[in-house]
Amino acid sequence: MQSAIRWMWVALGCMTGLWGCSSPAPESAASGSGASARSRPEIIRINVDPIARNLALTEQLAAEFTSATGTRIEIIKGPTDATERLSQYLQYLGAHSPDIDIYQIDVIWPGVLAEHLVDLAGAFDQERAEFFEPIVRNNTVDGRLVGIPWFADAGVLYYRTDLLEKYGLSVPKTWDELGAAARTIQEGERAAGTADFWGFVFQGKAYEGLTCNALEWIASSGGGTIVDADGGVSVNNEAAARAVSRMAGWVGTIAPPGVTTYQEEEARQLFQSGRVAFMRNWPYAYALTHSQDSPVHGKVGLAALPAGPGGRASALGGWQLAVSKYSRNPEAATEFVRLLTSREAQKRRALEASLLPSRPALYDDPEIATAIPFIPQMKEIFLNATPRPSAQTGARYNEVSTEFFQAVHRVLTGEQPPDVSLAAAERALKEVLGRP
Amino acid sequence: MRRLSLEARQSRLGWILVSPALVLLILVGAYPLGQTFYVSLTDARLASGRPANFVGLANYTRLAADPGFQASVANTVLFTVTSVIVEIVLGLAMALVVNSRFRGRGVLRAAMLIPWALPTVVSAKMWNYMLVDTYGVVNDLLVTRSGLLETKVAWLAEPGLALASIIAVDVWKTTPFVALMLLAGLQVIPPALYEAASVDGASRLQQFWRITLPMLRPVILVTLIFRTLDALRVFDVIWVMTRGQSGTESMATYNFRQLIDFQKLGYGSAVSVAIFALIALFVAAYLVVLRRWREAEMS
Repeated sequence: MQSAIRWMWVALGCMTGLWGCSSPAPESAASGSGASARSRPEIIRINVDPIARNLALTEQLAAEFTSATGTRIEIIKGPTDATERLSQYLQYLGAHSPDIDIYQIDVIWPGVLAEHLVDLAGAFDQERAEFFEPIVRNNTVDGRLVGIPWFADAGVLYYRTDLLEKYGLSVPKTWDELGAAARTIQEGERAAGTADFWGFVFQGKAYEGLTCNALEWIASSGGGTIVDADGGVSVNNEAAARAVSRMAGWVGTIAPPGVTTYQEEEARQLFQSGRVAFMRNWPYAYALTHSQDSPVHGKVGLAALPAGPGGRASALGGWQLAVSKYSRNPEAATEFVRLLTSREAQKRRALEASLLPSRPALYDDPEIATAIPFIPQMKEIFLNATPRPSAQTGARYNEVSTEFFQAVHRVLTGEQPPDVSLAAAERALKEVLGRP
Repeated sequence: MRRLSLEARQSRLGWILVSPALVLLILVGAYPLGQTFYVSLTDARLASGRPANFVGLANYTRLAADPGFQASVANTVLFTVTSVIVEIVLGLAMALVVNSRFRGRGVLRAAMLIPWALPTVVSAKMWNYMLVDTYGVVNDLLVTRSGLLETKVAWLAEPGLALASIIAVDVWKTTPFVALMLLAGLQVIPPALYEAASVDGASRLQQFWRITLPMLRPVILVTLIFRTLDALRVFDVIWVMTRGQSGTESMATYNFRQLIDFQKLGYGSAVSVAIFALIALFVAAYLVVLRRWREAEMS
């Protein structure tokens, strides 16, 4: 009896302790001048995505920076899931933590995080014109340049060159062709003895990646971009419902039933194991699928995503480097950002990690064109990429995206028909954005 | 100074001794709870310099009509009732086994605790890999090797299955804890009771129903309370395995989403307060049961 009551007090204590969220004190640690920089240990902490190739290159560049300037760089590996990464950042920045100096931020986050980031317009006054103009514009919030484009991203289609040849198929140009080709190859390979061969994989887990995938299906079918440029909610229309329900029909037929739990890496691993014919992914997978120890080495091709009635659509991705307002050493952090985004570093990143440069000049670089022929081809895809509706939704983007990917996920898993689910998303988005 | 009676002095000493704990409790319990309640009456946003406005009960009226929150409450209650019942039944069986005398009992008692000793994030990740539809070991055993199932199953993708899989993982992890609690209870039952029952010719089954179960009742009740409160707050296993998708959103993951992902500090705090009230209801129900039962015992 006594112990029962004690246990309950303990449990109550745990519960309330967990929820003790107090609002942060305004402006405490923002250090504008570097006067104190010399007296403090020179360590810059950078939070980056632990994707193997880029991580190794960042480590090399960090070592070079340290030997040139004496400032030590510590690399913190953040979560690979973008949604999870943002919640980590919000917790650090909400607490005004000086522990991380440089954040790797997604192309959709400047609006959410701007007030915690240093304005780099002055420091990059000379260089800003050398980066892709749309991304620089995307990273400028209320006249402040809060992130320097690190690498650009756009969704692409990976295919197995050997299998297309074996079945006498050409690279699919439309979604219908993709579906047909995937079915043909899957049936053929299963009959030939690979029982769990699949036609197509994508990112179907309910997270930011599904927003990118579904935006591509919907925009290429002429169904708009969830929220249109002037802020009107356009998610619920017939073309969008058709696009999403086609994908739902593919889950379990030409895509593995578990694709609704896959992120980029689950899709890439399955494709690289040789048991999938087509994959939608980002360019980073090129370097990994083309490496010597890859089971599909020499059998992988890369193309623009298939078109629909609305043309081609490739989700605009890409990552920026931002300096925290709460950094104790913003000058050194800014210099490291300058090194990481420099022309030379971007060239190495393209060659070693197959990540797309954020400087258009590098797309015409002959060395890159010879080593990775798809990069010059990407310039076209990239210039026509479809941005997610982050500019028009600002700090509410994360809610908009979550309502959207949850609605799409409910259709993919068969919980709801597309019209019901998209209508629910429309209602929720109108409420989030305060639009009648 | 007037002399206090023995009882009054005892009571004063009691209050003095308990006061540090009370102060601590107010600091770590009442204060954050009060703060959360206060924030729930505003439209504050997380990690934002914008000043918060007082909005009265607006967050609560929205919450009352929020289908997402209602679904999370239903999921959590289903998760709690199912997992706690299964854990108590299996835990009791496990406790009875390791309470009997056999060779290697010590080793088995230690081995039994391994799932409970693993951090939840680690075991949830581990199960995630085992449950993958294409190359997971579970499908490999059920389909490829034994042929028990026709086709490979996407355990964490299908709405009904995902919650069932998560309940199974929670049962796997927490049953050892229940078994340990019940084992402690079993060990304080005087052997003389069983000897007397044997002399009177009671069968093993009769001994279980007439001696073991009644003597275990206090321990079972405490375990029930503890497990129920724990299960109602479930977060980590769900967050790692499905992030609350495919019909597995719990109250705590819903709360996290509102508070952190959406930065809705005000609305999220209202969700917190609602969860607190719901859990307090469960606590109150258990307290009533405990009191009734003690009164019955005394009379």
